[in-house]
Amino acid sequence: MTTPELLNAALATPLAGAVLIALTGRWPNLREAVTLVAAAVLLVLVAQVLPVVLAGGRPEVTWVRMLPGITLGLRVEPLGMLFSGVASLLWIVNSIYSIGYMRGNAEQHQTRFYVCFAIAIFSSVGLAWSANLATLFIFYEVLTLSTYPLVTHKGDAEALRGGRTYLGILMGTSIGLFLLAILWTWQAAGTLDFRPGGILTGHVQGMAVGALLMLYMYGIGKAALMPMHRWLPAAMVAPTPVSALLHAVAVVKAGVFTVVKVIVYVFGLDLLRSAPSADVLVYVAGITIVFASFVALRQDNLKRRLAYSTVSQLSYVVMSAALFTPAAIAGAALHIVAHAFGKITLFFAAGSVYTAAHKSNVSELDGVGRNMPWTMGAFAIGSLSMIGVPLTAGFVSKWYILSGALDVHQLFAIGVVFLSTVLNAGYFLPIVYRAFFRPADGAGHGEAPLPIVLAVCATALLTVLMFFAPGLPLALAQALVGGGGS
Amino acid sequence: MTEHLPALQVVVPLIAAPLTVLLRRPLAAWALSVAVCAFSLYTAIRLALQVLAQGPLSYDMGGWAPPWGIEYRIDMANAAVLVLVSLIGTVVAVYARRSVNAEIGHDRRHLFYTAYLLCFTGLLGMAATGDAFNLFVFLEISSLSTYALISIGYDRRALTASYQYLIMGTVGATFLLIGIGFLYVMTGTLNMQDLAQRLPAVMDTRTVKVAFAFIVVGLSLKLALFPLHLWLPNAYAFAPSSVSAFVAATSTKVAIYVLLRFLLTIFGFQFSFEHMPIGNILLVLSVAAMLSASVVAIFQQNVKRLLAYSSVAQVGYITLGISLGTSAGVAAGYLHLLNHALIKGALFLAVGCLFYRINSARLSDLRGAGRSMPWTAAAFVIGGLSLIGMPLTSGFISKWKLVEAALAIGWWPIAVLILATSLLAVIYVWRVVETLYFQSAEEGTAAVSEAPLGLLIPAWGLALANIYFGVDATVTWGLAHGAARALMGGVP
Repeated sequence: MTTPELLNAALATPLAGAVLIALTGRWPNLREAVTLVAAAVLLVLVAQVLPVVLAGGRPEVTWVRMLPGITLGLRVEPLGMLFSGVASLLWIVNSIYSIGYMRGNAEQHQTRFYVCFAIAIFSSVGLAWSANLATLFIFYEVLTLSTYPLVTHKGDAEALRGGRTYLGILMGTSIGLFLLAILWTWQAAGTLDFRPGGILTGHVQGMAVGALLMLYMYGIGKAALMPMHRWLPAAMVAPTPVSALLHAVAVVKAGVFTVVKVIVYVFGLDLLRSAPSADVLVYVAGITIVFASFVALRQDNLKRRLAYSTVSQLSYVVMSAALFTPAAIAGAALHIVAHAFGKITLFFAAGSVYTAAHKSNVSELDGVGRNMPWTMGAFAIGSLSMIGVPLTAGFVSKWYILSGALDVHQLFAIGVVFLSTVLNAGYFLPIVYRAFFRPADGAGHGEAPLPIVLAVCATALLTVLMFFAPGLPLALAQALVGGGGS
Repeated sequence: MTEHLPALQVVVPLIAAPLTVLLRRPLAAWALSVAVCAFSLYTAIRLALQVLAQGPLSYDMGGWAPPWGIEYRIDMANAAVLVLVSLIGTVVAVYARRSVNAEIGHDRRHLFYTAYLLCFTGLLGMAATGDAFNLFVFLEISSLSTYALISIGYDRRALTASYQYLIMGTVGATFLLIGIGFLYVMTGTLNMQDLAQRLPAVMDTRTVKVAFAFIVVGLSLKLALFPLHLWLPNAYAFAPSSVSAFVAATSTKVAIYVLLRFLLTIFGFQFSFEHMPIGNILLVLSVAAMLSASVVAIFQQNVKRLLAYSSVAQVGYITLGISLGTSAGVAAGYLHLLNHALIKGALFLAVGCLFYRINSARLSDLRGAGRSMPWTAAAFVIGGLSLIGMPLTSGFISKWKLVEAALAIGWWPIAVLILATSLLAVIYVWRVVETLYFQSAEEGTAAVSEAPLGLLIPAWGLALANIYFGVDATVTWGLAHGAARALMGGVP
């Protein structure tokens, strides 16, 4: 297979999967087999693109000319490779988990669930590989729309309310601000292609750079920069596998991925470093980190606490990217991966507890760890990664973020990282403590179904593995800022 | 035969209209209408290709040379309108059989096709003619047949709606006639090209200025420019489904084309935009339309009324593009004219499918219809997304080009406003979507099944057209760009 065919095939896989899932909806076993096969095929295909990108190649494919000067197509660069790799790897794990969870909780409309999930993965991979802002925007919106039925899965009043907030904020920011920023870019630069070094140099100057940057940052609502973060807690009405993959990995990562992509390939680091107003972003992101952590501290609902933790962790990526140095950009890219592994573990564990013990509040978790050692063990690993303790993935990315901040003597950023680490410990460790060291109340219950436990352990393992073998993501992150292509 | 295409475009449906009365049998009348509309579509496409290849075509009606005889003149500006009207006309004609059987009494069904073909003729004639008085005649043909079409169904409220439209429409047509009369007094000609040549000499007279005002106001009534839109919501809401779809997708669009023709070809850019404050007037009214009609649409309880108010807002987008006074702005407005016809056509046809099964377009009766009629609801969602301007739909391309045109002349607030009012569209479209998918039908209502294929296929045809022209907009943009060049002449 030639590379353009490979890209097309990879992207077509989840889409074909969605169609087949819809057709096989009547036979649950077959349907779920289709999901797993599609996920496996996607991972194999994505893995074949990897060596090309690592060798410095930028495989591309052009589909169609939408308007004069605006084409739709793909072009894979290291950051997109990283994001697509994470999304496709975790889709397999998540599918295994979903099977256990959806059956364990006897959820309705399972076919629709798997179909929308496949479409969401399709748009995530498409977004990761987009060759220009127009293509990226399209996948961005498809991702919003395909996840809306997942958020409102339950169909009750609460789900509907959550869905409104979800759609309202994500569509409002993307149409009202993001699209405006893209059109401004198009007006100024005459192109929308992602190019190393950016496309805006010489076209936008002075304060306008900062204004356009903030238009992008708030417009990319999926990155959940405060005050555009409210959709994320609202989306927690969704079933846990949705929260896990989409609101810890695909959707929010699509947001911060776009942030990094815009900073590196649309503005270019040199332009931003010299612009007078661009460093505002560090403060906005820093405040989001600290503020969201404080809110997380006060949440009793486990999933909501995780949601606010996600808001806070996403802004790590934004703040790190906003330092505009190569080391910090690499840190941002690594944090996308590290947080993905850690947070999906935490969500998996939360869903596991819900399935086995029907508990969803932190205050009810006394002694759960004794009944569910695997689940809560994985939860502990995920928590440590969030805090950034060595031996977990979170340490690797925080290391790069801190060294990036030190490079430019950004004391505010360093302070934020330290304060937030303390806060992270403050809202994660009590959960672990309760689960293992407080006596259990009420009747005992066992572990969650096997597929769930397998998935939780797999992602926890990935979290640890990334500390010991960060070679691959590191190579891609460094290729993004230093090596081939830029 | 090829050289007579401009005449055939209009004459064939005109002759077919009385034939449907003679045929009497609804099925035969329907078959004839579909055949005639399909032939018109073929003619329009042939004409458009010819114009693309050879430039403007001129046809002397009855062999009388202009400016004494009536000239039919096809250039880039109206070739696309002809294609649009005949395309929508064909799709709705196919759709009409099932829908008319359900919504119109048996003894009137063949008359529906008569009025339909007359309306079709009128709109094609307005687009094709190069003669100002002939244009008025066709405007009356289309208007009178529209009044009949609106009131032909079972719904008695349509009678008052039609009467309201009759009064307003007649005022509009009269104003247009007065304006054309003044121009004739001053120049002694009715041929558009001729008028364009002779008007500059008498530009500064009060008569010409008054004529300009009469014509603009008269046409604004027909195209439902805010605040002259009051006839529109009821007319669209209570008309039979096929009529709503056809009229919403074509009639205001042709009126906008005629306005463009008067402003830019006959009076000329300089007079309209530099001597007369038409740019500012259109700008203010367009913005008012976009904001107020969108807000009103949010509070509607009837989907057809909701779509009708949305149409008023969308006309605002089109005239906003024109008000920018640049080639890019006119092209963007023209592009939205084409795209909006596809959007509203698809939406009204989808609502017609719902109406066919549920016999109501009230939101409270449509609860849960998304589950019982999944294909219909999906077509509605596609049309709705296009109305909002989601990427991969034609509505997105419109918004893109409009904002681009506004930014090009530095009108930032307008660019922001265009995007902000799209968010109002999100609200009113999503109200319908939530009703269709998330609410449950009341206990005791009879279960409904999916609409028949005879309705679904036309509705889906237009829905898919929205997606096609959203992915590859080079064709529609090429037409709009060409139209703007033909209208604006050398103005940038």
